[in-house]
Amino acid sequence: MAQWEKIKQDFPIFHSEKNRNLTYLDSAATSQKPKKVIDAVTYFYENYYSNVHRGIYSLSEIATDMYEKARENVSSFIGSASPEQVVFLRNTTEALNLLSYTLGRDLVAGDEVLISIMEHHSNIVPWQFLEERGIKVSYTDITEEGKLDMEDFSRKLTPRTRIVSMTQVSNLLGTINPVRVMGKMAHDNGSIFIVDGAQSVPHMKVDVRDIGCDFLAFSGHKMLGPSGIGVLYGKQEMLEEMHPFLGGGEMIRTVSTSGSTWNDVPLKFEAGTPNMEGAIGLSAAVDYLDEIGMDQVRDHEMDLIHYTLKLEEEYNIDDLVSYGPRNPDARGGVYSFNMGEIPPMDMDSQFRDNGMVIGSSVHPHDVSSSLDEADVAVRSGHHCAMPLNHRLGVVATSRASYYIYNTRNDVEKLFDQLEKIRKVYDHGR
Amino acid sequence: MDDEEQMEFIMEHYRHPHNSGVVENPTDEITEYNPVCGDAVKVSMLIKDNRVQDIRFVGRGCSISQASASILTDEARGKNIEELKKITEKEHLDSIGIKLGPSREKCALLSFNALKKILVKYGGE
Ligand SMILES: Cc1ncc(COP(=O)(O)O)c(C=O)c1O
Repeated sequence: MAQWEKIKQDFPIFHSEKNRNLTYLDSAATSQKPKKVIDAVTYFYENYYSNVHRGIYSLSEIATDMYEKARENVSSFIGSASPEQVVFLRNTTEALNLLSYTLGRDLVAGDEVLISIMEHHSNIVPWQFLEERGIKVSYTDITEEGKLDMEDFSRKLTPRTRIVSMTQVSNLLGTINPVRVMGKMAHDNGSIFIVDGAQSVPHMKVDVRDIGCDFLAFSGHKMLGPSGIGVLYGKQEMLEEMHPFLGGGEMIRTVSTSGSTWNDVPLKFEAGTPNMEGAIGLSAAVDYLDEIGMDQVRDHEMDLIHYTLKLEEEYNIDDLVSYGPRNPDARGGVYSFNMGEIPPMDMDSQFRDNGMVIGSSVHPHDVSSSLDEADVAVRSGHHCAMPLNHRLGVVATSRASYYIYNTRNDVEKLFDQLEKIRKVYDHGR
Repeated sequence: MDDEEQMEFIMEHYRHPHNSGVVENPTDEITEYNPVCGDAVKVSMLIKDNRVQDIRFVGRGCSISQASASILTDEARGKNIEELKKITEKEHLDSIGIKLGPSREKCALLSFNALKKILVKYGGE
């Protein structure tokens, strides 16, 4: 365990006086940054900052080189055959919008896009945009345990399914989905297979060729890198055939008044001045994660979630419910819970008893505010997965999510505080 | 009052809300619901001779949203329409007394917004 205490020391945010006691349990939203990443960005700003792919002077050539080296580094991190298959974008959201816009052009009324009920809004809304053209979005259901319902998946995979887009790890349930199997089924069905890797790439070894996906999207800020840098990996021939997304500088070869031609992949998709410092910072984050080893990262988070589920049973807090698979093997470092559930309101049967309907529930807002007073940062809300909340019969949950700077101490602190909150809210009832 | 005392004041309103229930034969009734967090309040009110004769609420949700409704209904009881219209957002937030971030302010304003919607009928904004 000492190893992880030491790793925490690499993150300056935990050194500052006011964050001395901070227990940061919101890495599924965004991760903290190690010194090495901060330094890499600063180094670029202080020594080589200039625009890439443009200047014919050495400063710009070095900047271009650094930017392209970052691409190579990220490419090998995810097992991509070539760096040309790595497009730098803003984040997962932008990558998925790019796919819906470009791949969506080839879809016609009656075609289907298959996603799941556990998707983040960024893997739902861009596909819903296609509905106005008569394209249908279907949602794979989950089992009672919170796993993807594979029978439902194969039922909903129809001859009209042109695209299957699935998250590898649920940001609310933590569920790890069998993307390799789903990819095979999608391909056998003649569908394009997209993986939302926002919650997997930061936390486990993800190899695009092993999965066999056509596209993978993920965000730098959730994996120790800067915000504003994200990645779309794609199969070479598909990227080449696709229409560009944004138009502008960099993405063109020629522009004339009679039309334009496109640059090669990946620059075809990188219109405008890119987030150079972001790419360079992400590359440093990848180096840092590689040094630790992604299998190590995964083992550590498995230990934390295992310990969480164990403490949940030991503390046995009244009315505490949690969601997602109980087996740490099938689950990332995400723990969503409620202290008594608040279901969505049915406006017809509202307040039937004409009295307060709080019962013994502590609203997730109150849970996270109270935890915040003890310097424990968790997120409360729908976690950008409203359909999943609805499926679970709740409007919101609180969520603790782990990363490499968390330790078993943090888990203990979480449960100690939850026990206190239970007492405060029970007091005087 | 310091923060802790103020928080206890809120918790007291939350655990034992004032004016809970539904007014019989109300002149006005409205439900406000925030689907994002599930907070809900139903405010019912009896206005006679231009004055709040009775005001009650039922609801569910976080401590701030429910305590806020309890405090607001206390404040509104007995006031005349003109006085009600004069209660500002800021005054209401001040009466909660603890510092709220932007997301929790929404909780505190749920009942306030319900009241303001009722007042539209009486020429409020
Ligand atoms: C599963 C999943 N997909 C997509 C996203 C969107 O990531 P971003 O906000 O970086 O675009 C998130 C982040 O919350 C996520 O958890």
